[in-house]
Amino acid sequence: MAYDYEKSIRPGKLPHIWCPGCGHGIVMKGLIRAMDSCGLEKNNTALVSGIGCASRLPGYVDMCTLHTAHGRAAAFATGVKMAKPEMTVICLGGDGDGTAIGGNHFIHACRRNIDMTYVIMNNFIYGMTGGQFSPCTPTGMKASTTPYGNPDPTFDISKLAIGAGATFVARTTAFHATQIDKLIAEGIKHKGMAVIEVLDDCPTTYGRRNKFRSVVDMMKKLKENAVPVQAASKMTAEQLQGKFLTGVLYKEDKPEYIEQYAKVIAKAQGQAS
Amino acid sequence: MSSPKAEAVQKTGATPRIEVIERYCKGCSICAEFCPTKVLEMETFVVKVVKPEACIKCMQCELRCPDFAIKVHTE
Ligand SMILES: Cc1ncc(C[n+]2csc(CCOP(=O)(O)OP(=O)(O)O)c2C)c(N)n1
Ligand code: SF4
Ligand code: SF4
Ligand code: SF4
Ligand SMILES: [Mg+2]
Repeated sequence: MAYDYEKSIRPGKLPHIWCPGCGHGIVMKGLIRAMDSCGLEKNNTALVSGIGCASRLPGYVDMCTLHTAHGRAAAFATGVKMAKPEMTVICLGGDGDGTAIGGNHFIHACRRNIDMTYVIMNNFIYGMTGGQFSPCTPTGMKASTTPYGNPDPTFDISKLAIGAGATFVARTTAFHATQIDKLIAEGIKHKGMAVIEVLDDCPTTYGRRNKFRSVVDMMKKLKENAVPVQAASKMTAEQLQGKFLTGVLYKEDKPEYIEQYAKVIAKAQGQAS
Repeated sequence: MSSPKAEAVQKTGATPRIEVIERYCKGCSICAEFCPTKVLEMETFVVKVVKPEACIKCMQCELRCPDFAIKVHTE
């Protein structure tokens, strides 16, 4: 059966604003399937984003949504979750929003292990503002601000999240459509901070500048370079050169922030009386 | 998920109705390129269903269309 996405999209919002082939639309469909499979309902689900092409996603989805300031999605989402712990909170945004201007909020949300899901669309570039390099632009690749090739080392978002304390970390790509919903759904069900990194494509500001012939070419690269984490253990370092791991990269049970905070409240109230 | 080889797949059941919402289609060609049985072809800026009888209902086109523009109705 054809999937009914329209029921989750605000009336009159399609066609969306993203460029032809932009992977953000593929992620949005994956998110809708994931929310459906978890049985999430409008009044109990908050989608929170910052600024950027990726961060426009919540504007299309018929849930409680919050489009905030650049890089601040995790901070606002933390506020929502603290005020309404019964809500499912999902952060959405780009690599620039989440790891450049918002890097601090991102790592501290991970450190707290607050019960939310952060879907980060990593297209290796600041798409919205015309293709400036981000902390995720691979070394040597071109951006409007690195016309001779990017000299900077690159953030590995998943490793960053694990290092900072997130307790569920997974990676997939815009090509691997069915894995997007599976991993987001697993993240939603996980109690604690779940980060799902989706390697994405921006044909307009990254693809063209880096001599990808088309968006299909970009998708093929995502397909070819993805190595499922189970398969990687049987491969040599040489074979893994230039590849990235996909699937659930890390999972751990650790005390969750809202519950820890509730204990503090109980303690303080006990002392007061 | 890897695309099944065109020659290896067996077609079963009735031909599905493949709907393209032309107002949404931005002509990126992702659906046509990854269709294992070449059901779809690009015609300038929109995709056309050229060989519906070859469709194996793998749903890859619908899953990967970034623009909500293609639907495979199987029943
Ligand atoms: C405080 C502030 N600084 C800078 C900007 C400009 N700005 C808007 S979006 C953006 C980058 C977005 O990149 P990313 O999060 O990767 O999203 P993409 O567009 O690639 O999906 C920047 C720098 C802004 N809106 N606000
Ligand atoms: S500029 Fe890039 S990220 Fe923004 S909508 Fe276009 S393709 Fe997508
Ligand atoms: S479902 Fe789509 S991708 Fe699969 S065979 Fe049919 S037209 Fe091709
Ligand atoms: S994937 Fe969607 S937008 Fe792209 S050509 Fe096919 S139907 Fe059109
Ligand atoms: Mg980006």
